Amino acid sequence: MSADRIWQRFTPAERMARFVVFLVAAILLAWSFRTVEIIPEFLMDAPEQVADLFKRMWPVDYAYYERGVHAVLIETLHIATLGTIMTLGIAIPVGIMAASNVCRVPALNWLATFILVSSRSVNTLVWALLFVAVFGPGTLAGTVTIAVRSIGFVGKLFGEALEESAPGPIEALRAAGAPWISVFLKGYWPQVSPAFWGIALFRWDINVRESSVIGLVGAGGIGMALDEALNLFHWDRVALILVCIFAVVVIAEVFVTHIRKRII
Amino acid sequence: MHKATESASTSRRPACSAGDKSLVVENLRKEYTRGKPVLKNINLTVAGQCTTAIIGPSGTGKSTLLRCINRLIEPTSGRILVSGQDICTLRGSDLRAARRRIGMVFQEYNLVERLSVMENVLCGRLGYISPWRAWLRKFPQEDIERAYDLLDMVGLTEFARARADELSGGQRQRVGIARAVMQQPHILLADEPTSSLDPKTSVEIMELLREVASVNDIPVLVNIHDVTLGRRFADRVVGMSKGDVVFDGVPGDLTDEHLKLIYGGEDWLA
Repeated sequence: MSADRIWQRFTPAERMARFVVFLVAAILLAWSFRTVEIIPEFLMDAPEQVADLFKRMWPVDYAYYERGVHAVLIETLHIATLGTIMTLGIAIPVGIMAASNVCRVPALNWLATFILVSSRSVNTLVWALLFVAVFGPGTLAGTVTIAVRSIGFVGKLFGEALEESAPGPIEALRAAGAPWISVFLKGYWPQVSPAFWGIALFRWDINVRESSVIGLVGAGGIGMALDEALNLFHWDRVALILVCIFAVVVIAEVFVTHIRKRII
Repeated sequence: MHKATESASTSRRPACSAGDKSLVVENLRKEYTRGKPVLKNINLTVAGQCTTAIIGPSGTGKSTLLRCINRLIEPTSGRILVSGQDICTLRGSDLRAARRRIGMVFQEYNLVERLSVMENVLCGRLGYISPWRAWLRKFPQEDIERAYDLLDMVGLTEFARARADELSGGQRQRVGIARAVMQQPHILLADEPTSSLDPKTSVEIMELLREVASVNDIPVLVNIHDVTLGRRFADRVVGMSKGDVVFDGVPGDLTDEHLKLIYGGEDWLA
């Protein structure tokens, strides 16, 4: 039982650091409570407001579907699908440029990282506002928004999949004298194709959800109908649109899960 | 060290037939970090149907030597002649054309797992056909027939349509050998081809490599750490130690003294 055989998980310095982290967290929490300025009256009658909202939403105006929702719902799916396809065309070369084992030019690696980061750092709604300003309100702005926003996601994950691929087969094809493109097609692509299609489907699934929102700023799709119904206080129509979005998202989810199981 | 090299040069030369397909390595030196050579001054000539086993402890530069020959690793200095052509000065498409004439077999087989056995064998032709044809899988009919012949030779014809990851280790190495021979190489390099295999399969793979050498009339260079196996199948043994060739001769001349020199120590010899 000598003194040097005592074991503790953390060193004294680590214990001190942990204490400081907890203390700072507690101070920040207290501080944020003081700045959030909750108005007690509004907080108290929130349940009442929610009940009121549901009362106005009921019964759902199903009759409105054919007249005002069907076309924009299909448009939403078109925006999501076309936007995803456009993304794939750009994300493949950008992903290849980003993978440092495939593309050995540091300048191109940096360029790819720059494209990927700028695509992801801007929120979808902000991209939508930008493209509505460029192309005017409507489907085109929505499709380009979805495409540009998705490049970062698809390109980054595709590039990472490439970087994780096994180097052995690549070495073998290079040793056989295969040109770069053949090495990519026969060495890298067979290794990453399941990951690639999985990423593409997953992004399409996300894009179905995103494209139903961007209409709020005028970029086409079901979001524009939602915006209109909200502005006119047609709560029964708002309810119908929410039900439709929910249904489409669930169907997309089931569809994507099914396909992913088959390709992996 | 110097004395040992001298004794190597006086030992008997293996009786290998001289052929037009040959490999000459002259004064090859490789440094990963400056001043710390992994290969010091390698001189080696192989020709004909000769199977040469390169033995030596781990980390002595055997793999580096083979990868310098097809320039997967850049040599620091020296010359490498494949059938008379110096490959150290080549770049781009000339280098790729030269690599087609150097077949390589790997310890971990290095097959493309998700492709079929047939397609893996046809990958040996990627240096000859355009990427466009490779993408469309439009391989010339004579390549496909040759691939079937090679699968017959390695006994895997019935697996032509199976995926490479369905095969056992020995079967995969046979595919790896078929892929290398598909290149119609002038020399065949094998980097520890039996190290991941059981003893019986190892013998079969070594027999197959010898057969490849005689059928195609090409020299085969095998890195191998199993001295017994190397001795049994090689016409010539090259012993390496610390980046130098310390023995070069027929297997019969390889004594325990040489092995002590190559591997160091002697307890393991008992």
